[in-house]
Amino acid sequence: MSSLAMPSTLRIGLSRGALELKGFVREREAMAFTFAVPIVLMLIFGTIFKGEIQGTGVDFRQYFAAGIIASGIASTTFISLGVGIAQERDDGTLKRLYGTPMPPSAYFIGKTITALVLSVTETVILFLLGHLMFGLKPPSTPERWLTFVWVFVAGVAVCTLLGIAVSSVPRSGRGAAAVLNVPYIVLQFLSGVYLTFTDLPKGVQEAGAVFPLKWICQGLRSALLPDSLLSAEPAHAWEHGRTALVLAAWGVAGFVLCLTTFRWKRRDDG
Amino acid sequence: MDETAVRVRGLRKRYGDVDAVNGVDLDIPRGEVFALLGPNGAGKSTTVEILEGHRRRTGGEVAVLGTDPGRPTRRWRARIGIVSQTSDERPQLTVREAVRHFAGYYPAPRDPDEVIEAVGLTEKAGARLSQLSGGQRRRVDVALGIIGGPELVFLDEPTTGFDPDARRRFWKLIESLAGDGTTILLTTHYLDEAEALANRVGVIARGRLVEVATPRELGGRSAAKARVSWTGPEGPQTIETHSPTQVVAELSQKFGGEVPELTVTRPSLEDAYLTMIGAGR
Repeated sequence: MSSLAMPSTLRIGLSRGALELKGFVREREAMAFTFAVPIVLMLIFGTIFKGEIQGTGVDFRQYFAAGIIASGIASTTFISLGVGIAQERDDGTLKRLYGTPMPPSAYFIGKTITALVLSVTETVILFLLGHLMFGLKPPSTPERWLTFVWVFVAGVAVCTLLGIAVSSVPRSGRGAAAVLNVPYIVLQFLSGVYLTFTDLPKGVQEAGAVFPLKWICQGLRSALLPDSLLSAEPAHAWEHGRTALVLAAWGVAGFVLCLTTFRWKRRDDG
Repeated sequence: MDETAVRVRGLRKRYGDVDAVNGVDLDIPRGEVFALLGPNGAGKSTTVEILEGHRRRTGGEVAVLGTDPGRPTRRWRARIGIVSQTSDERPQLTVREAVRHFAGYYPAPRDPDEVIEAVGLTEKAGARLSQLSGGQRRRVDVALGIIGGPELVFLDEPTTGFDPDARRRFWKLIESLAGDGTTILLTTHYLDEAEALANRVGVIARGRLVEVATPRELGGRSAAKARVSWTGPEGPQTIETHSPTQVVAELSQKFGGEVPELTVTRPSLEDAYLTMIGAGR
């Protein structure tokens, strides 16, 4: 028996991704919680917001649509994973998995697949809604498509890592959603999702610029909206280099936090 | 192949200033059903979790299937099965989906449908975990614990919260598993469970293994005196004796037939256990 080969990590990881997605689709509350919130917000605010951003010719609702797509990515990664893993830790699922020959990395591959599939789905839904309701257009050039793709991938990667890292913070699975929604909601206001970023007070802008969501919003605007918007951007430039740098820094920080703080057992379980 | 499934020497686990486990020695041969008894906080769960590779020890030597569980490898994990206490694994999955998925973790898993049948859930194979009763969920836990075809199975308080009928049926399942030669380490609070299932019983109290014996011999039960009680003209009477039959015969003669309210008892496993953990009379 001991001469038999162990199943490969990748195969187990793919199988976990499929299992998680199946469970997610069947769990209506999780579906609604993760998917519906950004969509509902888009519908509500889309009907409230009016007018152009001064001197740019850009409909504010399109600006908002780019921001809510970034929020949607954070919801399907940071919130969904953070809450999901906290619950799995609390109910003993993680401990059970740790007791099997499943390689730990297969668990994270499964989570990444889930986050990626959910993010792509959410982004497509939000984009189509933005397109139909506010005339949001797809990236106009191959360069802008490239920008869209790398900002999306970097955003998903960073928020996934931070979601896994933050799952260790809530003391119980039940309180996880409440705990994680605090930074999520606050950051949306600091990052220029609901308001034009440059209309925020200087101190708020500086605080927002520390966190990744502001840069994901700005990066998606650079892919989806015209250059005439630059006069309303903080540096009057798209700052792709800085965006990449800030996201990379958060990605590294998130990765280190995952490696150092991830626990397979509850806090009170030794 | 090594004939000892579990070998423990001088096991210690310290939390702060407290020795939760303080010098435990234990040998469990292959194929044995071993029950570990002890009150909450006596070090029972800590000991088992160290053996399962879930917890690090402070000192001592431990070998489980010849491997140090302080350094668990995938290959070693594939040879043991842990039936954990709680399960909320993806309540929206069906029994078959869950068992098949876990089979994919192992190099030589048992046939999922066969395992589902072995735990008596064939009729529920297509049901979602959220629709199962507590007892049925526990059977799923067992299925997930044995799907890899383990040589050693850890069962942690498997029948807590069961009704008596469900417990009896669960015991049959464990007996059939043991019948296949699987080594089983069982922890339980139910002494009748230990008596029904275990070849040997170990009692742990205050971090030490106080005694290891067969259920019959635990606490000197088999050699203990029997208590004969009856109600005579002077009221209730009790004597302790090694020859209860003779005492009863004498009483019968004395009373000219029936002895009023006659009982003959030997210390139960529970009496022996309670004395041992210091909660006895």
